[in-house]
Amino acid sequence: MQSHTNVLLGHGSGGRLSHDLIRDIFIKAFYNPTLAKQTDAALLPVPPGQLAFTTDAFVVNPVFFPGGDIGKLAVAGTVNDLAVAGAKPAYLSASFIIEEGLPIEWLDKITQSMALEAKKAGVLIVTGDTKVVEKGKCDKIFITTTGIGTFTEGFYPIDEKNIMAGDKIIINGSIGDHGMAVMSARNDLNLQIPVVSDCASLNHLVKLVLGQSGDIRFMRDATRGGLGTVLTELCENKEFGILIHEETVPVKESVRGICELLGFDPLYVANEGKIVMVVKSGDADKIVSLLRQQPEGAEAAVIGEIVSNHPGKAWMKTAYGSSRVIDMLSGEQLPRIC
Amino acid sequence: MQYIDEFRDKEKIVSLVNRIHFESKKPMRIMEVCGGHTMAIQRFGIPGLLPGHINLVSGPGCPVCVTDRAFIDKAIAFSRLPDVIIATYGDLIRVPGSSSTLDKEKALGADIRIVFSILDALTLAKRNKHKKIVFLGIGFETTAPGTAAGIVKAQMAGLFNFFVFSAHKIMPPPMAALIDQGVKIDGYLGPGHVSTVTGSAMYHFIPEKYKLGVVISGFEPLDILQSIYMLVLQHESNHPKVEIQYSRVVKPEGNTKALELLDEVFTLDNDWWRGLGVLPKSGLKIHEKYAEFDAEKMIPVEVEPTREDKGCICGSILKGVASPADCKLFKKACTPSDPVGACMVSSEGACAAHFRFQKS
Repeated sequence: MQSHTNVLLGHGSGGRLSHDLIRDIFIKAFYNPTLAKQTDAALLPVPPGQLAFTTDAFVVNPVFFPGGDIGKLAVAGTVNDLAVAGAKPAYLSASFIIEEGLPIEWLDKITQSMALEAKKAGVLIVTGDTKVVEKGKCDKIFITTTGIGTFTEGFYPIDEKNIMAGDKIIINGSIGDHGMAVMSARNDLNLQIPVVSDCASLNHLVKLVLGQSGDIRFMRDATRGGLGTVLTELCENKEFGILIHEETVPVKESVRGICELLGFDPLYVANEGKIVMVVKSGDADKIVSLLRQQPEGAEAAVIGEIVSNHPGKAWMKTAYGSSRVIDMLSGEQLPRIC
Repeated sequence: MQYIDEFRDKEKIVSLVNRIHFESKKPMRIMEVCGGHTMAIQRFGIPGLLPGHINLVSGPGCPVCVTDRAFIDKAIAFSRLPDVIIATYGDLIRVPGSSSTLDKEKALGADIRIVFSILDALTLAKRNKHKKIVFLGIGFETTAPGTAAGIVKAQMAGLFNFFVFSAHKIMPPPMAALIDQGVKIDGYLGPGHVSTVTGSAMYHFIPEKYKLGVVISGFEPLDILQSIYMLVLQHESNHPKVEIQYSRVVKPEGNTKALELLDEVFTLDNDWWRGLGVLPKSGLKIHEKYAEFDAEKMIPVEVEPTREDKGCICGSILKGVASPADCKLFKKACTPSDPVGACMVSSEGACAAHFRFQKS
């Protein structure tokens, strides 16, 4: 067992302390036979054909926030990147950069939460690395996860070249929850409106949808930059445009309230459990009702469609008939002065 | 009542829009002088709902936009002092100074903290006794009372490492100056939150002297449309006056406590406005009796000579005589990610609002 209460530089030295940390924290939490072998590289059985491969680095302040923590985020984020490619998430690696002095209890909590999320998603964490840096050289803990996904059992690669005018755009629930949960959890913002991050692995949800329609045209998890950025990217330099109907985009009352207060646009606030899908028009309703049966899709809705006019542009139509362009955000959203 | 949906009600909006179309016959230029209005008008697509002969133009209502570049240069100079922590509202950090921005200085190691209220800056002062906290006081009558309250609190708490660098300004002088300088408008959409503090009496000179109407407006689509409707009725009947549409928040007498605080802490001084030049008694300087909290008096600093960008027409845009699209730099050399002029920086700036919502 760990006799230290805080992570020391020695825990990253490769010596006895590192060894103990890996055994007592990481292998204990993530246990599977491949990881337990502690070989330099994990040897993995993979099916023939294509693989999906992705990596993501996670930094978040605060490390623990309503609805999750950096560990849950690091697993769900990479799982979702694989899932939206149409793949079945199978294996993850996890690398930790830890600031010396981090309470071991925190590290334990974070790895437990990674283990739980990995279990929920049905992925194995098969390899990893740990470095400890001097105080002030990183902000508590940074995690990088890399994932491999396979295309078996009804999973198929999503190809956006099939997108055509008339296709419907679906989202699996309310936008902006994660960004606002993290923001309100930051020490210097004393908001007391309960907002919980939507952070969740969505691969099971995606599997349901893939099983329902053999013709999903596009999927992306709307993380940093929010829904607005995904829509802008999707149609940029394309021969089609996007039309969104503002009143159909789900936004929680609390999230909208904080956004109004700070001068933020929920369209650009981060999500960690939301997927934007483009589906064949005829499939849209059944996909939405399927999504709504799941907790992560309870507020799913058709929010717009692919259009042939204004190619390359995403427009949003308001409930009362005016419209505005949706563009990419430049830089961070900053709270307004008054 | 949650104060959002009620003011975005589709049926009421359609009915108001129809009434505006029915009543409005004479061409009209309406100027908004509040950055919040500029943003809301674009965000809700208001111009597209109005008859073609009603033009909405943006005035000098974005605090960041009207601020002198020399202020940014000096703020940057403060930030480079080793014992200074800058506390600022977020909008300001991307505004270009002559050779840098606070954002860039932050990346180079300056200690710059974004705060949501001056109280956060006071907390910084309490927690960092060995540092000087310089709060960048920016904004009109809306934010100035907060700054005043902060200075009074700092004095009561003996926080003598807390300083304010004030660029606070008041709204009536530019509203007069615009008309004096020949800008053609037919009515003002009066600022909502400024008027919450000041009340409505300070606008009476506008109908009296200039024969123009002022309707103090809220920020939701119904608020703005109703205010436009009220201005249309005034214009059509040739009866300019000051009216309060935003009556759920704005009282004719304003917020007397906030006004007293302004009087206590600040004195009126001549101030420089981008686009308008020096306007007499338009800036709020910290009163002599609070001089120990005045960063300009207490923290000597060397500031680089200020130089303005050639080609940027922010000045004319702030006066409403040019639209962002008239600027050679707009969408080319000047974009929200790499702004030249202040109007492109703040989310409330006319150029940023046009860039974001009207790019087609």
